[in-house]
Amino acid sequence: MTDHFIQDKTTKVTVNLEGAEQKMDFNDLKSGGFIKQRQKDLFTVRLRCPGGKLTTEKLIEISKIAHKYSKKGVVHFSFRQSLEILYVDYKEFNAIVAELEKIGQKVASCGPRVRVPTACGGCEYNPNGLTDTQKMAEMVDQTFFGTPTPHKFKTSFSGCPIDCARTKEMDLGFQGVVDPKWEEEACTGCTICSEACKEGAIESDPDTGKPIFDPLKCIWCGDCIRACPTEAWRPKRYGHIVRIGGKHGRHPMEAVEVCSFLPDEKVADAIRLTIEWYNANGKRGERIGNTLKRVGLDNYLKFMEPVFRNNETVKA
Amino acid sequence: MSESGTHATLDLRGVMCPINFVKTKLKLEMMSPGEVLEVILDSGEPIQNVPKSIKEEGHRIIEVKKEGDFFRLKVEKG
Ligand code: SF4
Ligand code: SF4
Ligand code: SF4
Repeated sequence: MTDHFIQDKTTKVTVNLEGAEQKMDFNDLKSGGFIKQRQKDLFTVRLRCPGGKLTTEKLIEISKIAHKYSKKGVVHFSFRQSLEILYVDYKEFNAIVAELEKIGQKVASCGPRVRVPTACGGCEYNPNGLTDTQKMAEMVDQTFFGTPTPHKFKTSFSGCPIDCARTKEMDLGFQGVVDPKWEEEACTGCTICSEACKEGAIESDPDTGKPIFDPLKCIWCGDCIRACPTEAWRPKRYGHIVRIGGKHGRHPMEAVEVCSFLPDEKVADAIRLTIEWYNANGKRGERIGNTLKRVGLDNYLKFMEPVFRNNETVKA
Repeated sequence: MSESGTHATLDLRGVMCPINFVKTKLKLEMMSPGEVLEVILDSGEPIQNVPKSIKEEGHRIIEVKKEGDFFRLKVEKG
């Protein structure tokens, strides 16, 4: 016997909004960043904060709105860096959205589409940062936010190999790297770089103290460049390691590296083409990592060649 | 001038990160541009971190000597 209640998927209700009868579909709401809570009539309103950044001015205004509409007077910071206003009555959706719009604050998204990108501080204010992750997150938000995909599509940007924004568990992640180049003339053989390299990629020549570099151990963090007193180590090029197919959740998957030095100006193309490939190959409800497993990484890499070519595509 | 070419010395052996850098920074703040501070740092974490922080604050490391398990740096105030 089928359970009648499990079969019942009705989500539409008629509500009386400002004197007029309106139909509301909870499923539509979900795609707009309204998430049903377990408490009757109450929803979470998730705001769109790319890279987890807000101006203090906006934050003050959001605080006032949250204070007015949250029945319990609480907010929550989501794991994807967006501010969520909790305990909002669905009858007040129109009012809260209108007030948020007035201060230029948009509501985030859920469902099968490109989500708000996350990002670390990057080189704007973090000393380890090699790429401007905040600028990149802003760009992705402007260009790709809400684009429909077979399942959720999460992107993130880390400024360096410490990878605070966890690019290894994203559908598509970008992590900053720098290629260090050594110039012998400037080197005094002080050995600081071999001490500074935590990866053991630099050893000091026992006689001269000058570095012996092992590119296979290098993870492109740039510590040697920052530490060298004489600028003998210099940045040759900056870029992003591109990782695809990661996710967390019940069945976590680690993303695979598909490109090792993608320059800033190619990031948008990489995302656009990846979404195109995913929409052409992915099944409804399938994360891109599983699509890659089913269709094959080679198929994807071939499709991406126009963007990844010459950036040292890594074949897993 | 205590030693030839050096205006002050800080022995930071055994001092943890980032206190070793903060001490260096405070000392340099009391000095005039162009003056030289000698800093003694342990290998490991201190030498991984302090030189790059000194550079980021706009000072110059003009000499580095490795002496066993520690480093003797000469820092010119920027
Ligand atoms: S990933 Fe690197 S740059 Fe970004 S916050 Fe972490 S340490 Fe800083
Ligand atoms: S970039 Fe980082 S890992 Fe590579 S040699 Fe320099 S310090 Fe070592
Ligand atoms: S830190 Fe710079 S000067 Fe010192 S050994 Fe390394 S490359 Fe040479």
